[in-house]
Parts: sequence; structure tokens; C-alpha cells
Amino acid sequence: MEFKTPTSPHIHSGASVSRVMLLVIAAMIPGIAVYVGYFGWGVVINILLAIVTALVCETGMLIIRKRPVLPFLYDGSALVSAFLLALALPPIAPWWIVVLGAAFAIIIAKQLYGGLGYNPFNPAMAGYVMLLVSFPIEMTRWQAPLVNSETSLSFIDSWNIIFSGIGKNITDAITMATPLDNLKTELRLDQSVEQIINGNPLFSHLAGLGWEWINIAFLVGGLFLIYKRIISWHIPVAVLATIAVLSGVFYLIDADKFSSPMIHLLSGATMLGAFFIATDPVSATSSNPGRIIYGVGIGIFIYVIRTWGGYPDAVAFSVLLMNMVAPTIDYYVKPRVFGHKK
Amino acid sequence: MKHQETLIQRLLSTHKFPGGVHPPQHKAESISAGSVKAEIPARLILPLHQHIGEPAEPIVAVGDKVLKGQRIAKANGYVSAAIHAPTSGIVSDINDYPIPHPSGLNAPCIVIETDGEDKWGERLAVQDWKKLNASALRNIIRDAGIVGLGGAGFPSFIKLNPGASKQIDTLILNGVECEPYITCDDFIMRERSGEIMLGITIMRHALNAKECIIAVEENKPEALQAMTMMAKETSGVKVMSVPTIYPHGSEKQLVQAITGKEVPANGLTTQIGIVCHNVATAATVYRAVYQGESLISRYVTVTGSGVKQAKNIRALMGTPMSELIKQCDGEPASLSRVIMGGPMMGYAMQTDQVPVIKTTNCIIACTVEDVISEPAVMPCIRCGACAEVCPVSLLPQQLYWHAKSRDHDKAQEFNLFDCIECGCCSYVCPSKIPLVQYYRHAKGEIWAGEREKALADIARDRHEFRQTRIEREAAEKAERHRKKKEALAANKKKAAAITATDGKTAAKNSGNKNTAIDDAIAKAKAKRLQQGPAHKKSASENTAGENKTEASDS
Repeated sequence: MEFKTPTSPHIHSGASVSRVMLLVIAAMIPGIAVYVGYFGWGVVINILLAIVTALVCETGMLIIRKRPVLPFLYDGSALVSAFLLALALPPIAPWWIVVLGAAFAIIIAKQLYGGLGYNPFNPAMAGYVMLLVSFPIEMTRWQAPLVNSETSLSFIDSWNIIFSGIGKNITDAITMATPLDNLKTELRLDQSVEQIINGNPLFSHLAGLGWEWINIAFLVGGLFLIYKRIISWHIPVAVLATIAVLSGVFYLIDADKFSSPMIHLLSGATMLGAFFIATDPVSATSSNPGRIIYGVGIGIFIYVIRTWGGYPDAVAFSVLLMNMVAPTIDYYVKPRVFGHKK
Repeated sequence: MKHQETLIQRLLSTHKFPGGVHPPQHKAESISAGSVKAEIPARLILPLHQHIGEPAEPIVAVGDKVLKGQRIAKANGYVSAAIHAPTSGIVSDINDYPIPHPSGLNAPCIVIETDGEDKWGERLAVQDWKKLNASALRNIIRDAGIVGLGGAGFPSFIKLNPGASKQIDTLILNGVECEPYITCDDFIMRERSGEIMLGITIMRHALNAKECIIAVEENKPEALQAMTMMAKETSGVKVMSVPTIYPHGSEKQLVQAITGKEVPANGLTTQIGIVCHNVATAATVYRAVYQGESLISRYVTVTGSGVKQAKNIRALMGTPMSELIKQCDGEPASLSRVIMGGPMMGYAMQTDQVPVIKTTNCIIACTVEDVISEPAVMPCIRCGACAEVCPVSLLPQQLYWHAKSRDHDKAQEFNLFDCIECGCCSYVCPSKIPLVQYYRHAKGEIWAGEREKALADIARDRHEFRQTRIEREAAEKAERHRKKKEALAANKKKAAAITATDGKTAAKNSGNKNTAIDDAIAKAKAKRLQQGPAHKKSASENTAGENKTEASDS
């Protein structure tokens, strides 16, 4: 009998890109559920819009680039980008914001760089930042958490707001700054952190109302990813520890001017960023010591921009900034190889 | 990932080398029954190259009758191993046949038609081996054709000769057997623990090693028990149960896990006072010394979905693999691949007609269920899973970029040659990139490049040597010429002087010892001068030129 002679190893663990991506999406479910609870169906509509746009763009670009379409659609990477972008957008943003962002993420930030595995920047964050600098009004208009609002948003309400701008009155009635935005504005008016938070319907005892639970839910999902060994602990721990240490130090120095580590860790996109965005393997560093440096860098940027920069939150900017230096970190930070001098 | 390690296991894990994977073990299939002795096949095919080093050199001819244990090929040089007849019979052919080798090429083999008598030749048993010195023991082991039976096949006597300057503290006996499917070492430990222990004693004597550690993976409780029982009676020998993780049995990883010491890159274990041998090798050493039996048979695990009853078989070297598969109720039609060794590092045979050789620890008769077919490869997503499992802490994904783009300098900068080709990176890669294949290819290209460079260097040296020779010859010729010319010029002056002073001087110089010579030269000169003005002119010119050269030289 004659046989083929492929080389070893002859077995495989069964790991696949699509399995990795699907687990990442599965791990987002608790966070998404809490998010929907606080901010309504707009979150879901955003996700669906982003998915449809991302898949259409991915397919189109693969055809134009003469690449096999199905294997790359099944890999799930476009889906993950769509989820991350949608979760970063305001749930009452008009539909074209989502479509534009997802299209930019997939076409410009991913496929034009060579598609899966070749993009130097996190596609979702590139899309987000493009939107933020181009459409600042639409991108910063958030509603108050539903539990705190007199107006509840039905699916139809969300649909109308997103697609036709109908219910503009509702929009105006429910629009509010995010807790981080509010903090920043008020701090500039020389209010102390305590004055701002006390009695403010945007805040609860841990951090921003609703945001604390959304963050905790994403934290749970992130821990699941570490448990399943989809991501390593290095990046999230480095990001969170850096934010905690920096905010802790400044909080100890002046608790009036600087908000507490608790507020920083449980507000805005901290947990989503630390576990789901910063850990995007393609655009992050790849060795464990490199990951620590990368995570610390993101943590520093998040705190610095939030505290002294022009934007209330800074996950997207911080991730993109560290994306730029990731290849250099990878080049210089190499683990000591077995048998080589210590 | 069915057999994924849980977080708790990872935290509690005691192994001390980085990385590693937990592939499904598939060892249960072949341990249900005891080992069996294979039937003697009609024909044995014995490759001359069954080990690391130079192929052996046949010392029999076609038509010769050979007896069991008789040497039929001698070691060719230091790093080589002799081959012996596994049973009695007649040498029917010495020719190229398919052999188990990654190249898939045919190679010289001695073919023996067996006579079924299994008649032993002369055996030289040494009972009082303790009187022998290390060198004599090594010679016995060398003459028995013993090579490492764990899979690499390095001549064992060399690994028992660390050199006079090196003190060996620890002999590590490798009974780890970390590759899935393989259970032959498990069986030899269960069934021949006594032989292994005596083999250890001989090896320790040869190495003058202070202690011996027998390392067995914890998934082999019977073997552990058997070895522990035996070790109790011997001082300085201890049995160590090591965690089940691939590639724990890799020499350098095992040394690190047991002693915490790292073998220097490109170095040998002897540099840190350690020598490793396989458990089966120890049993074979015992047989060679106590019974005068050369290495002619071994334990082979025959397993895989392609056989109905997986077994451990004590098979003669040279037995075609198809025979062993048949003895395990294999269905050749169902086979998609035949692997020699384990599924992580073993290689696929081009045919099931290849023989069992000294390094055949396992034959996996695979159906499509056992192995992956060529999967769709996705781009690298830089997830770093490969780096996480790499036991030598390489960055496989970086190496992959450089190997793929044939940037050999960069690949070596990322320590390509420290890769042990264990396959962990390929095993976990979610993009299913055949990483190890890229590294093997890059290593091969670099070696080929170095060979080419070496050849080019030789050619250049030859060319340069030829150039210098030509130049030297030209210089010598010029020198001779110059001397001639100088002499010519000197004599011309003398001749002139002689002509001027003539008779008086001649009479005066008659006592001078040079006179006779001078006269002869002068005569020649005079003769030449008569030949014509053209010659005279050129000669004087030359002389002037040469004088100039001399002046500038000085």
C-alpha cells in the first residue's frame, strides 16, 4: 500500500479562528444583556446594523481582492469587529453612523491592509475614532439610563429614533451626558468630585448609574475568556492595574479634583476595552512581557486622556496609540530562549 | 479541545518547563493485553542506516548463511552502529529498498530469507562485567549495535562516554513516553523492570554516575510501581513520577523539569553533569552484557483505528510493518496513513512495506479518524497560542513570518535552531498553519546554503591557491631572469676590464680562485659581444632597468 506522507504533527487540538471569535462573542453576552437593560433596544439594533454592514463589506472586499469568501466569512472576525463597534456607539445614534463606522472598520482599517491578520489597527476602534472626530454631536448624544428616565424606550421608539429621527422630541427629552462626560465638564467648573456625584441622578454608589453593572458584566465575560484560554490575563490585568494605580495615587493626593479608582474602573468602556478590545490579538503585542507593556501603555493613556485630555473616555484612542507601537515592542521584547544566557 | 487543561490544573501543575500541550492520549487501546512475540516473517529487510551517524558497512555477501545475532554489517566510523542478523537464514539481496525515513527515498538494505530455525550464533556473555573498565563495557555495547531506543537512535556507547574531564552526577532514565498512542516503554518497564535495573547498574558503572533518576509520567501507574519495587533494592536509584504533559520526554525538557537545570543552547547534557538514556536502551544493555545478545528485536506498539486489536509486539528488526499490522487484525484497505513514532513527531511512511528498525517505537495504522487531513490554512492572527505552548520559549509566530519570507538571518535571530520540532505550536494554532514544517524547511535551506557556501569556500581557496602559485612561479622566473641579467652585466664590465688590462692582469689573477670561472664567463661574453650590437643594446638596457629596480627595492 502506498500512502501520502504529510509531515508531523499529525493531530490538531481543534482550535480554530472561528471558535476563538465565537467564544469572544459569547463572552460579550452578559455585558450586552445588562447594556440593553439600561439603554434599550437601540443597542441591539446597532449590533444588527453593524453586523449586516460588516458582512456585506467583508464579502464585497473579499470578492474584489479575489480571496475565498466563505472561509473568511466563517472566521467570525468581521462579526467581532461589528459587535465591538456597535457596543461603543451611543444606542440612539442615527443608523448611518453605525453603517459608516462598520464600513470604515472593515473596508479601510481591515481589508485594505490585507484582511484578517494583517491589520495594524483594531478595525472597530479605527471606525469609532473616525466617527468621533467626524460626527462629534451624534457620537456624544447618549440617553440617560432607562431606570432613571421618565420616558421608557420601546423597541419601536428606538427603531424610530435610529432610522428616521422621528421622536426627536423624545430624543431631546432623554438625552443626557454620560457620567464620565458630566464629571469632566463639572470638574472644569471647579466643582469637587463629591459635589458632582452627590444627589446626581447619573451616579449611584459605585460609579455611573448602569455603567457599573455593564462593566461588571463585561468583567465576568472577560474572566470567562481567560478561563477558556482565549485571551491571556496579561493585557487586561495590565490595563486595569495601571488605571487603578494611577487613579488611586491621584485620588489620594486630591480626592476633590480626581475621581476614585472605582469610578474609573467601572465607568465608560473600561472593562469592555480591557478584556475585549485591547486583547484583539492581531493588533496587540504577542509575547507575554510585551503584552504587559502594551496593557500598561493603554492604561496610562486612558487615565491621562480622561483626566487631562479633551475627551471624557479614551479607550479607542489609547488602543490605537498602542497599536502603533506594538510591532516595535514585539521586536525588542523577546522572551529568553531555553538554554540561552540569563 | 476536549482534553484542555483547566485553569486549576494549570495553577497546580508542577512541571518546570514552559509550555507544553495535552493531546488526547490514546494509550488505553494498546495496554489491554500483555506484550506478544511477533511471528518470524519469511523475509527481513535490514536497512544499513537505522541510527544517527554513518550507515553501517555490510560484511556479508548475497548467498551467505547467517545465524541469529551474527554481525552482518559493521559500524562505519565512530558515530555509527553495527547491524546483526535478527534470526538465522540466508542473505538473499543487498540492495535499495524503501526504509522508514522522512525523505521517503529507498536506501541500501540487507535482505535475509529466514529459515524458521531461529538458530543462535556465538554469544559472549559477561557475568563478571564489574571487573571490566568503562571502555571495555562501551565496546561490548558498541559491538551489540545498541542505539537509543526512544526514537532518535543515537549510538548509546557514545552517550556513555562523556569524556574524562566531565563528571557525571546524574543518569536520568527516560521512561516518560509523552507522545500519545505509544506504550512500548510502559510495557518494557512493566515486564522487564529487573533487566532495566541491571542495565542501569552497568550504565552507572560505565559513567561513574553518582545517582540515577528514573522518570516516568504519572499516567503509567503499573510501570511506576514495577520500577519503584525494583529501585528499592538498589541504592542511589530513585523513581520519579512526572506530570503528564507533552513534550516531557524530550531530553532537555526532562532535564529541566527534574533538575531545574537548563542544557546550554547547542550544548549537551554532559555539560551540566547529566546523561539521559531511554529505559528500553537500559534493558538492551543488560542483554548485551549478561547474555551477549545484540540489538535484534524490540518492543513496538502497533495501534491506531486501522487495527482491531492494538498491541505491544516484540518484533525482530527488519519485520515489514504490514506484517505487524496484519498480526493486530488490521485492514489495509481502511488505512489512510501509517505513522512511525507518535502523532506529534512521528513521520508518515510512504508504504506499509517498510521494515521495523531500531528506532521504531510505535506504528500507528491510521484511518481518517486518527489524523488530520490537509486543513484549510487561515492567516496568522498573532494570538500567541504557539508561544504559550513552546517548551523552549520561542516566538513561533515571528519565526513563521521570517521563515515564510525566507529571511534566514532574521529567523536565526529569533533562534530558529533552538526549535526542537515538537509540534506543539502547529497543534494549537487556530489558523492551522503547519508552523513546524516552515521551520524544518528554513533549517534545511540554511543547511543547504551553508553546504553551498562551504563548497564555494573550497573552490575559492583552490582558486586563490592557484593564483598564488602562478604568481609565485612568475616571480621565481623573473628572479632567475634578473640574476642572470645581473651576472651578465657584471661580467660585461669585467670582460671590458679584462680586455683593457689583458695579459698583465691575467698573470696577476692567476692565483685567484675566481680566475678560471671569470675567464670562462669572459670568453662567453666576448663571444656574445661579437654577436651584434642589437643584443648588446638590449642587454645594457635591461641592466639599467634592473639596477633601477634594485635601487627602489633598497
